[in-house]
Amino acid sequence: MKSCLVVDDSKIIRKVARRILEELNFDIHEAADGQDALDTCKGAMPDVVLLDWNMPVMNGLDFLKALRKTEGGTEPIVVFCTTENDMSHISAAISAGADEYIMKPFDREIIESKFVQVGLL
Amino acid sequence: MMKSEDFEMISSLLKKRSGLILPKDKVYLLESRLTPIAHKRGLETLDELLEEVRRYSKEDLLTEITEAMTTNESYFFRDNKPFDLFKDIVLPQLLESRAGRKRLRIWCAAASTGQEPYSLAIILKEMEAKLAGWDIEILGTDISQQVLDKAKMGLFSQFEVQRGLPIQLLIKYFNQVGELWQISDEIRNMVSYRKFNLLDSFSLLGSFDVIFCRNVLIYFDQTTKTEVLEKMRKLIPDDGWLFLGAAETVLGITDKFKPVQGQRGLYSTSDASTEVISKLKAG
Repeated sequence: MKSCLVVDDSKIIRKVARRILEELNFDIHEAADGQDALDTCKGAMPDVVLLDWNMPVMNGLDFLKALRKTEGGTEPIVVFCTTENDMSHISAAISAGADEYIMKPFDREIIESKFVQVGLL
Repeated sequence: MMKSEDFEMISSLLKKRSGLILPKDKVYLLESRLTPIAHKRGLETLDELLEEVRRYSKEDLLTEITEAMTTNESYFFRDNKPFDLFKDIVLPQLLESRAGRKRLRIWCAAASTGQEPYSLAIILKEMEAKLAGWDIEILGTDISQQVLDKAKMGLFSQFEVQRGLPIQLLIKYFNQVGELWQISDEIRNMVSYRKFNLLDSFSLLGSFDVIFCRNVLIYFDQTTKTEVLEKMRKLIPDDGWLFLGAAETVLGITDKFKPVQGQRGLYSTSDASTEVISKLKAG
């Protein structure tokens, strides 16, 4: 079973994402901000990170940059999942090493289709 | 609840005009899709609309009803596999066999809002270097003018560009227009669109090296399926290809196309194409 770290400061979004991803057979861990996520990753790298952008303490982009510099941090597939839906944010995320990008609002079909594209399903 | 003679009237109208078979358990679709047409025309109920159909049979109303009942769900790189087969098997074979003429024609026979022809155009654009000097035409047709108008604009919602389209391709080939995403002119100009009914004569279409006819035959009865496929066969040369939807088949419908073993959705016109595949696999 592949592991997915869901990073979002909204408890509701984490719950929705968890439900969708558990149905797709992922083992889910949660983090409420970038720092929390980075600490979790240093403990054990997940196979994939579903990542919000705007969060307190450390935002998604800063987390991604820090993750990619961490030992083993180039391994996880990172899929952004954010309300930031303009080309400049998307390009910045991809340049920083994100593998895919989901613009909120999302549904099961979008998550599934993006996870297929990055080879997780 | 719709009266059964009303259901019969509309379903025979749809069958005659588009080939669409409407099963009795889909009566809710009639109600949900035709009621807005009634309202748009200032009528209060579906019954009043049906009365209008019965009494006047006006062409524009019948067209509007037919278009409203067709299903236009579509997404970029739908099912992935057919597009991989197109890129890895079909194109290499055609590039070799047409190297003299350097000309290819591709037909998307149920183009809907354009995601399928644009996905093919993107594939071709991505391998541009190999295609220098080639003249490749992609024709998208559909029975519904409304969806073709949308296809021509190339404007898609945020939801539509997230179904099947890798983010790198969104960045590369789309521009943000307000809340929407528009496909770039370089891709848009690779596809031409024309309104076309698959029940009509194919004689003016010319020939095609590849036909995509995915997820449309499922709405037809057996006889119509056979007729459409046999008309298509006449447009494809002996080493051409046909793509059908994942839930569709030629088995029991026609022997003019052969399923390509192990390549779901891909059909060849002769055993010759199957040999090409074994050669490609070997080489």
